[in-house]
Amino acid sequence: MMSLSPNLPPDRQRQMLRQMLTIRRFEERASADYLAGKIHGVVHCYIGEEAVAVGVCSALERSDRIISTHRGHGHCIAKGADLNRMMAELYGRQTGYCKGKGGSMHIADFGIGMLGANGIVAGGIAIVTGAGLAAQMEGSGAVAVSFFGDGASNAGPFHECLNIAATWKLPMLYVCENNMYAAQTPAAATHALGDVAARAAGYGIPGVVVDGNDVFAVYQAANAAVERARSGAGPTLIECKTYRWRAHTERRGQPDPRDPAEVEAWRRRDPIALLERRLREQGELDDAAMQAMESEIAGALEAAVAFAEASPFPLPEQATDDVFAA
Amino acid sequence: MRELTYNEAALEAVAEEMRRDPKIFYMSTDALPPLLKEFGPERIRATPITEAAFTGMAIGAAGCGFRPIADWRQVTFCFVAMDQIVNQAAKIHYMFGGQVTFPILFRAGVGGGGRIAAQHSQSPYSMFMNVAGLKMFVPSTPYDIKGLLKTAIRDNNPVISFESNRLLGTRGPVPEEDYTIPLGQADIKRAGGDVTVVTLAWLVHESLAAAEELAKEGVSVEVVDARSLVPLDAETIRNSVRKTGRLVIADEAGPTAGFSAEIAAVVTEDAATFARLKAPVKRVCALQVPIPYSPVLENHVFPDRHRILAGIREVLDARGPAAA
Repeated sequence: MMSLSPNLPPDRQRQMLRQMLTIRRFEERASADYLAGKIHGVVHCYIGEEAVAVGVCSALERSDRIISTHRGHGHCIAKGADLNRMMAELYGRQTGYCKGKGGSMHIADFGIGMLGANGIVAGGIAIVTGAGLAAQMEGSGAVAVSFFGDGASNAGPFHECLNIAATWKLPMLYVCENNMYAAQTPAAATHALGDVAARAAGYGIPGVVVDGNDVFAVYQAANAAVERARSGAGPTLIECKTYRWRAHTERRGQPDPRDPAEVEAWRRRDPIALLERRLREQGELDDAAMQAMESEIAGALEAAVAFAEASPFPLPEQATDDVFAA
Repeated sequence: MRELTYNEAALEAVAEEMRRDPKIFYMSTDALPPLLKEFGPERIRATPITEAAFTGMAIGAAGCGFRPIADWRQVTFCFVAMDQIVNQAAKIHYMFGGQVTFPILFRAGVGGGGRIAAQHSQSPYSMFMNVAGLKMFVPSTPYDIKGLLKTAIRDNNPVISFESNRLLGTRGPVPEEDYTIPLGQADIKRAGGDVTVVTLAWLVHESLAAAEELAKEGVSVEVVDARSLVPLDAETIRNSVRKTGRLVIADEAGPTAGFSAEIAAVVTEDAATFARLKAPVKRVCALQVPIPYSPVLENHVFPDRHRILAGIREVLDARGPAAA
């Protein structure tokens, strides 16, 4: 079942589509460049889950803060990160967000309230809860959002932080992206309950399950949670049921233990195609507009790759910079 | 000059800094009564017993412009927060290209002597010295703890204050006026010419007692309180050993890959210092065991003035490169 269109002007809805499409095209490019040996280490793709980051971040202000996971490109883009500096970071260049120190798993932009992708599962939950505490102490009215997966929901920091945020009524959204697999292990093998959101009851906070492939459903749930957080009523746990299309990481020949029929069924529930169809049905999008959007995104990505390739690598001796702050 | 205990001096440092800077707040599993009374529950926060959560929250709040103090109480309690300390606090500034600072003070009780056994008694600072991105110190006097804590609170990095459980009630002079002690400066607690003892915390006092004893025999011992572990004042330590030609390292931790091993390396890998050694370097450390409960066992595990004295005699009798 599809959610009702939110009370959002059409240009905001098209902006959601543009962001989701940007995430997908960015990662398609990152994956290709990774397999071509231009990007090193690991790349974890968010493709298939774009509606979660975009739906939640559409309910936020620039001054609100988020934290991400090892699968972090989508959250960066949804919060407004610069594609050039993101791509330069993947390429290991001086001009990257982390000056080449972080790579795909560690992109942060504190200037836009993106407190970082984090390579440790559940590693960011406590940090962003501290950002929620900071917002509460400042009285700024800002909220903080923790994105994490179903795997992290079984780790200690999830439970510790839900308890402390509930007790202190911190302005927090805990957004579980339940893509049904913790790396290769199915969630059913590691969760006693079918819904992560049900755990919210144990902490006395609202727990909501939404279709994570329906960007409006995610947006509406996030909007309600943001309102609740800003009003001082405390945190909400939102579980977004979704699916990652690609394997856990981009790697040639990596086995994917998932049932191909399951993957195919979720591909048919493409969050981008769903939004595109709805905009078309409302008469807010046509072929020309769609092509224009695709070509603008392609142009921005070409520019980002060109920027990355033209950027210098760090100097080897810069490996010792920034261990400590002045 | 007035005297305060080690514990009072530490609390005074925190209180003075909190008066000076409204961005400082304090988290621990119990609110400290004198601080709570003055600053209230907003700034002196009693947390659930979740070191991992409030350590991570300190990191997040620091990245958002606050200057949190996270008090783990016993250092052993922070082991449940190791991901937050090692993977997050230590690395996050570097890993994100230095884009923001994370000013955090962590406080932790270390050492033995309390008959509280293995899970409440440990001196694991070398575990943390091994992690790039953390500063840390181990004060031995009320004067030092106050000055070092004030510096740590003003530092823009995560800093760990390892505070000796044995010294909490010891008294010493602390001036009324504002002062700080920079990190990275060792302190010569007693000057001498025949042998250098490099040590920390409670064993500074035991080393001074051993030095006093040996002075009666005409042996002049220099006691160097390393004090700051990261950054480490290698220069003061090397200069002392170049002068005396003999080195004993006394540590309440075990020897394996410890502070004592680091000091031995810092001294012996420096050609000019190595050339002046008249005897092999001697380490006087705790036994490499978990700390046991029974007083008979615990006393046996830790070095004291007698073992330091024996260690000094050993290097006085031994021969090294410079004596050959």
